[in-house]
Amino acid sequence: MADNNTNPIAYMRETPLPQLDPPASEAGLGHWVRQNLFSSVLNTVLTLAAFVSLYFIFTSTVPWFVNGVWQSESIRGCREVLEGATGGCFAVLTERWNQLLFGFTYSDDQYWRPTLAFALLFVAIAPVLFVALPRKMLYFTLLYPLLAFYLIWGGSIYATISTGLGFVVGYLVYSRFVASSFALGLIGGVVAAFVTWWLGGFVVDAIAPATPFLEEIPSRKMGGFMLNMILGVVCVSLSLPLGIALALGRQSRLPIIRIICVVFIEFVRGVPLITLLFVANVILGYFLPPDTNFDLILRVIIMITMFSAAYIAEVIRGGLAALPTGQYEAGDSLGLDYAQSMRLIILPQALKISIPGIVNVAVGLFKDTTLVSVISMFDLVGMIRGPILASTEWNGVYWELFMAAAVLFFVVCYGISQYSQWLERKLATDHR
Amino acid sequence: MTEAAKMQVSDEIAISIQGMNKWFGSFHVLRDINLTVNSGERIVVCGPSGSGKSTLIRCINALEEHQKGSIEVDGTVLSSDLKNIDKIRREVGMVFQHFNLFPHLTILENLTLAPIWVRKTPKSEAEETAMHFLEKVKIPEQADKYPGQLSGGQQQRVAIARSLCMRPRIMLFDEPTSALDPEMIKEVLDTMIALAEEGMTMLVVTHEMGFARQVANRVIFMDEGQIVEQNEPEEFFNNPQSPRTKLFLSQILGH
Repeated sequence: MADNNTNPIAYMRETPLPQLDPPASEAGLGHWVRQNLFSSVLNTVLTLAAFVSLYFIFTSTVPWFVNGVWQSESIRGCREVLEGATGGCFAVLTERWNQLLFGFTYSDDQYWRPTLAFALLFVAIAPVLFVALPRKMLYFTLLYPLLAFYLIWGGSIYATISTGLGFVVGYLVYSRFVASSFALGLIGGVVAAFVTWWLGGFVVDAIAPATPFLEEIPSRKMGGFMLNMILGVVCVSLSLPLGIALALGRQSRLPIIRIICVVFIEFVRGVPLITLLFVANVILGYFLPPDTNFDLILRVIIMITMFSAAYIAEVIRGGLAALPTGQYEAGDSLGLDYAQSMRLIILPQALKISIPGIVNVAVGLFKDTTLVSVISMFDLVGMIRGPILASTEWNGVYWELFMAAAVLFFVVCYGISQYSQWLERKLATDHR
Repeated sequence: MTEAAKMQVSDEIAISIQGMNKWFGSFHVLRDINLTVNSGERIVVCGPSGSGKSTLIRCINALEEHQKGSIEVDGTVLSSDLKNIDKIRREVGMVFQHFNLFPHLTILENLTLAPIWVRKTPKSEAEETAMHFLEKVKIPEQADKYPGQLSGGQQQRVAIARSLCMRPRIMLFDEPTSALDPEMIKEVLDTMIALAEEGMTMLVVTHEMGFARQVANRVIFMDEGQIVEQNEPEEFFNNPQSPRTKLFLSQILGH
């Protein structure tokens, strides 16, 4: 007290105190273990219980992997090798690997074609996913759908060229008229593309060579994981732009556009995907003229795309609603027109907010492609449940096959999820 | 400065509003507004909240639609014709209370976006103009940052620069300092004063009466959607006529 009276407030430190190491009880492994594993009686009990369960899980699964049989003709062969011991019969994977990937009717000597298409897929989507890559790569991305189609389905190259030509003509007509009116440009472009395809059909039939360079492989021969990849990649890339259009249409000031979009979204969302697939498979056939050959994969692609576009539209609508109206007003007051302010201001922000939701839909859609096995298409799950499990050699090898399917899907979905998290971090510019 | 500034006002009419009325649903927000603004004039609009002052200036660049009467900006009649609206918006800059910068773009990109896409200015030229105006608002060193990294006062100065990059003939300010911390208000007002000294036609909704005294040619007082009183700043503050104005001034200047 006496000190305080002589010098009540004024005080100044002249030398800063050095930083000291924490006491041993607050650092190191021992501290971590005490803090996280044995901090109380309950935690100690839980930790011990966890160790015991981990021990049992490992001791029962590790031999199954370690003793696994990788070379055998059939499940009986596996059993003979194992002689009653625990062990997986992984031989089914080595024996039927190509069937799991490509289906059981795709010609073996043509496997290189979808494999090459798969490898080129990475080149094509890289510039879309990573902005740092040279923009010129996008030309390859534009070309890729035609290239992949030609590689996987083959046939006359003129058919592929005519398809590409239709898109080019459509785009030229669109850009010619879009300045005067967007609707005129869009309708003109679509009509021009269809006319080109229709005319192209005659030309292609006339000049098609008897034996095309790449043998034509019909859709019904597609199968295995390749089918899941085709459906997943095509439907995700189509449903994103369609979903954006639907989300914007739902906000349109024009009542007709808004009503069309609302009805489409609500109807498609209200119906199970499996029903849409049955419609694609069976019922659509009744409405089409008897001899039309409307490709089954194309029908399924249309249905899955519609389904996921409706979901993506709702996710993006949430992103649009999250933007303050000030962003729209700032764009308007600077004189940007609707298309510009959407493209430059609103959508970049709304899509960024929507990334987790869009990825959620995309991952779900990719896994839902296995539903086509129900309408007797032999995708990965269809192959396992059908030709492989029904064969006398492999009847009963459930764990190994479905685990392989799970691993394949997991790798793809985990990759998508990791990319989206990276993208979110990269786009975080708002510094909240 | 006031004397020199008054010299710059020309006879040319920048904005002419005749018999304008606006409703929000059944609520009559703006009632029979008549207002003529000459080129180079600086007008401060004040009034209690809900008096329709923001709505009035938002009608001028068609952020709000008016239902009756006419608005003419630089000889262009504001109608539902989108071409006229776009034309007016290119000539009229606007600064908002909450800045409304684009958070996903850098400061430089915020400034060059409209010149590049609306005015079709080449990118290098647009960037030059942008840096010119950033220097004018005294934050050229922030060009590569994102809006979220700047303080409120800096963001508002960027927003002013963003409008100026379009080379507008008229600037609208909608409570530009209301969302700012007290120590940042001055830097924004200084920027606006500098702009006024250059002879920009300005309509400013604000409660900064010091700014009104120093810069305005005319102060307009609004209440319940009507223009109640307008006068030169000295007269307006020293000798208000209507009882409503007297009450308002006593409330905001009283402490």
